[in-house]
Amino acid sequence: MDTLTSSEKHFALQYLREEALPSPFCPGCGNGITVNAFLKAVKDLGHEDLSGFAFVSGIGCGAWIPSPHFKGDTLHTTHGRAIAFATGLKVARPELKVVVISGDGDLAAIGGNHLIHAARRNIDMTVICSNNFIYGMTGGQVAPTTFTGDRTTTSPYGNPERPFDLARLVAAAGASYVARWTTAHPNQASRAIKKALQTKGFSFVEILSQCPTAYGRRTKAGDAVDMIQWFKSLPIRKRDEEAGYCVPTKQAHDLGEFVDREDTEFTEALKAMVRKVE
Amino acid sequence: MTAVKKIPKDDVVIEGLTGDAAIAHALKQCDVDVLAAYPITPQTIIVEDFQKFAADGEVKTKVIPVESEHSAMSACVGASAAGARVATATASAGLALMWEILYCAASMRMPIVLTIANRALSAPINIHNDHSDSYGARDSGFIQIYTQSCQEAYDTTIMAFKIAEDHDVLLPIMVCIDGFILSHNVERVEMLPDDAVADFLGIREPVQPLDPNNPITMGPLALTDYYFEFKEQQDRAIKNVPDIFKRVEAEFEKMTGRSYGMFETHKTEDADIIILTHSTAGGTAKVVADTLREQGEKVGVVRLRMFRPFPSEEIAEVVKNAKAVAVFEKCLSFGGAGNPLAMELRTALYHLAERPMVTDFVIGLGGRDVPPTTFVEGYEKTKEYLKKGEAPSYETLGVRK
Repeated sequence: MDTLTSSEKHFALQYLREEALPSPFCPGCGNGITVNAFLKAVKDLGHEDLSGFAFVSGIGCGAWIPSPHFKGDTLHTTHGRAIAFATGLKVARPELKVVVISGDGDLAAIGGNHLIHAARRNIDMTVICSNNFIYGMTGGQVAPTTFTGDRTTTSPYGNPERPFDLARLVAAAGASYVARWTTAHPNQASRAIKKALQTKGFSFVEILSQCPTAYGRRTKAGDAVDMIQWFKSLPIRKRDEEAGYCVPTKQAHDLGEFVDREDTEFTEALKAMVRKVE
Repeated sequence: MTAVKKIPKDDVVIEGLTGDAAIAHALKQCDVDVLAAYPITPQTIIVEDFQKFAADGEVKTKVIPVESEHSAMSACVGASAAGARVATATASAGLALMWEILYCAASMRMPIVLTIANRALSAPINIHNDHSDSYGARDSGFIQIYTQSCQEAYDTTIMAFKIAEDHDVLLPIMVCIDGFILSHNVERVEMLPDDAVADFLGIREPVQPLDPNNPITMGPLALTDYYFEFKEQQDRAIKNVPDIFKRVEAEFEKMTGRSYGMFETHKTEDADIIILTHSTAGGTAKVVADTLREQGEKVGVVRLRMFRPFPSEEIAEVVKNAKAVAVFEKCLSFGGAGNPLAMELRTALYHLAERPMVTDFVIGLGGRDVPPTTFVEGYEKTKEYLKKGEAPSYETLGVRK
């Protein structure tokens, strides 16, 4: 086999700590696609490296996307609190592009309160949620994103609860930009992340991601290919379609943009208030 | 409740169980009404196994898979206030997140049984064993018992309900197992028949449950006028624990032939140097002591089980004639006058006119292996310090410096 020359190197490698590779993700995990979608957005925006970015993550498989893999400043924190840490970071260093990448368990369950309050404040940061509908790292327990009826290790006879629609939740809480795509839509996801990074205000990109190890096995959703096929069958929203209210199901989990609007951003509002007092 | 009697050998079921599975089985037999928990390594399997028992109809427990440990302990307090028998389990950061509610549980006198699979605290993130998590909850008002084997974890979990729910106690209790070392290791466990556990525990008799027909208020404001009195009562309650603990263990022994005490002594009678440690490290310490004894060394071991309330007088009585006590503990109290276990011991010995020297070795943080040689190293150092007549307040062993 020919050795790769540097020009043949994968575009993402310039942003990754090669000594941290291969990643710890299971075979078939969707997180690698999210890594590439994110880094492609970074490249398309003209960043040669990750200086100027600060990444914050919590606990869980999704939190391993930036830490330790991204060749940039990463703050790996406690379960659920990534957005709270990131809020402090952004207020102290508003010139940095603050990005939180984590999973649904981290951002929406134990850290759900921080998610809605950051959206309410409309603080300028990008949150990317790798949503695999389950607690993957601990071996497949029911999460607030697990579909009704799904069998997991802690809902062995089916989940009696309803899942969150994270995109609608964050949109309703006041975010400036919200989109949902899947690992079967890497180009759309990357374009949404690009838009999110350019948004002045709170931006949220949910990426439905296959977890064949925990979700696939526990809920009989199949292997990575089966789940990618499922993602491809999901409906795509029409532009400017009303978000409305709906409880996600496996068939009706709509993809696309939910919100793209301009509104007062938190650090700017803070600055304006300080100026007024001075 | 029928009188406790010895269980015939044929009625005992013997299985190979991990520490987590042993506790799940114990909880199943304890007829828990409500269990609320959040997944965290290395505790998760307890709740997974228990959820399966619930789903299979083997228990009538309402299991709530809540969205954080803070909510888990909150739900437990709510259920306990309504008079339910309640249990949960956590570890490390999960226990840290429960913090606020730990104090409420103890102060509102809720007899909740909380299993801790002892695990290091962040940062950096570490899933392996040390005792920083539960030592940190030292002053929360929970009773704390540390166990060495899967059998002991099973037995202690059953006894924990009876101790906690006793009307002279009414306090929550932590049953601690070493993360991975015990939680994930398979050992031989003798399980009691279901009806024997049911007879032993009976049904919880709440003193003042929430009851719409007889409304009361729990946990409201008590400022300078009455707050202190609540704490005074809580202090009195935890002082009752040793007596109740002994009574419960005596009853359990009648049934099973097994009892463990507030601490275990091993070859301490004539020992010059006594090792004090707890949990799985206690097993290693006893093997080390046996080997050193063969070489003519006069060494013994105290394996502590009950850290709260700390059995000060009883331990002082056992170690007072030794020349030194070598403490081995898996926690650092940064900047403290001593580390948690040594500090307790030194305080317990303070009133003695002649005190043994206390040496303190911090070992095994973040799951760093503690081989027998670590104990030998500490033992040799203690002998050296005895010769010199002075010792440093503590040292770390088994770490790159």
